[in-house]
Amino acid sequence: MGMPVSLAVRGPAGLPAVEAAWAAVVAELREVDRVFSRYRPDSVVSRLGRGELGLDDCPPEFAEVLALGARAEQESGGAFRVHRPGPDGALELDADGVVKGWAVQRAARHLADLPGTDFCLSAGGDLVCATADPGSPPWRIGIEDPHDPQRVLAVVPVTTGAVATSGTAHRGAHLVDARTGRPPTGVASVTVIADDLTWADLDATAAYAHGPGAADWLATRPGRTGLVVWADGTTTTIG
Amino acid sequence: MVTGVKKIVLWLMSTLTVVVLLFGYHTSTSSTSASAESSAVTPVGSGTSTSGGTSTSDGTGTGSSTGSSGSTVTGEAADTRWGPVQVQLTVTDGEITDVEVVEYPDGNRKDQQINARALPVLVQATLDAQSADVDMVSGATVTSEGYLESLQSALDQAGLS
Repeated sequence: MGMPVSLAVRGPAGLPAVEAAWAAVVAELREVDRVFSRYRPDSVVSRLGRGELGLDDCPPEFAEVLALGARAEQESGGAFRVHRPGPDGALELDADGVVKGWAVQRAARHLADLPGTDFCLSAGGDLVCATADPGSPPWRIGIEDPHDPQRVLAVVPVTTGAVATSGTAHRGAHLVDARTGRPPTGVASVTVIADDLTWADLDATAAYAHGPGAADWLATRPGRTGLVVWADGTTTTIG
Repeated sequence: MVTGVKKIVLWLMSTLTVVVLLFGYHTSTSSTSASAESSAVTPVGSGTSTSGGTSTSDGTGTGSSTGSSGSTVTGEAADTRWGPVQVQLTVTDGEITDVEVVEYPDGNRKDQQINARALPVLVQATLDAQSADVDMVSGATVTSEGYLESLQSALDQAGLS
């Protein structure tokens, strides 16, 4: 179990430079995992929980992620939360919904440093895209059909920006509306295009949690475009 | 390396497809997961040869939690890209049970470049990835378990051009 990460690059950079940048991306994602993983007993999050570390021992990224989570909670009207009931019913911290988009966006800076290079970095279906030259053709991003993940339902051209999709096609009903604690109904997937994967991912998750209100909520978000696929197969484009 | 190319767009088609598996995730069927990883680097396109490698490692474990119950600690303000952030945590029986952000910045970070309001365009009938001519696929979170059956995997294997 893990998350597949794919990278496409085009441009004049040689393979060694690309591989070095890729190695930096991977190293950074692994470091994030060492800080935030709830599944690793030696992660910062786990050690903090056991009282082995104090908050001031944590890297500044920790506060950054928690603040993003708090902001997303507020802006989603509570549909998105970084706390959820654990197995024993008590609330526990689950920052995974913040960490992924944030970490991948942050790691992409190593690719942005490659001169003259266009790249598209995908992590488990969420992407950061960049083109170095305004005249470069955009990346063509297919949006998966949640009812048939082998097929593409829509295409969005992206020069520099991010695309995130939330839904349950691959992982079952793991997303809940934090206001009710139940999986949202009526919506099959939400795709959000934004400047930055941190917010594309947060907004896709929050919109999805709104269920029947997904498109209405997403339309209130500044600078976002998107596609909502409903449970009945109909779609709404936002933007 | 190519240098000195000006207006001529010299795409070498040095598209690179790389796969790595990172992070553990909950799924509906498994509550704990290991951080497994494998990596393959496959350059494709004109003038490049293929090299690949795969490695897998597994680490499993859940933390047994012991510790103080119901304590609250407040950290120093940390400088982040978004501005100063200060958080307060409540830890109960070894789990972080509450987070208060005492101080956090307003406003989204402004990015240097903004994509020109890219809109999704529905395709006539749903297409496979080859027919739709796409570079990458965005979909609900793909795990390593699901990856091999995913469209993205097919694209990665086919190479991009």
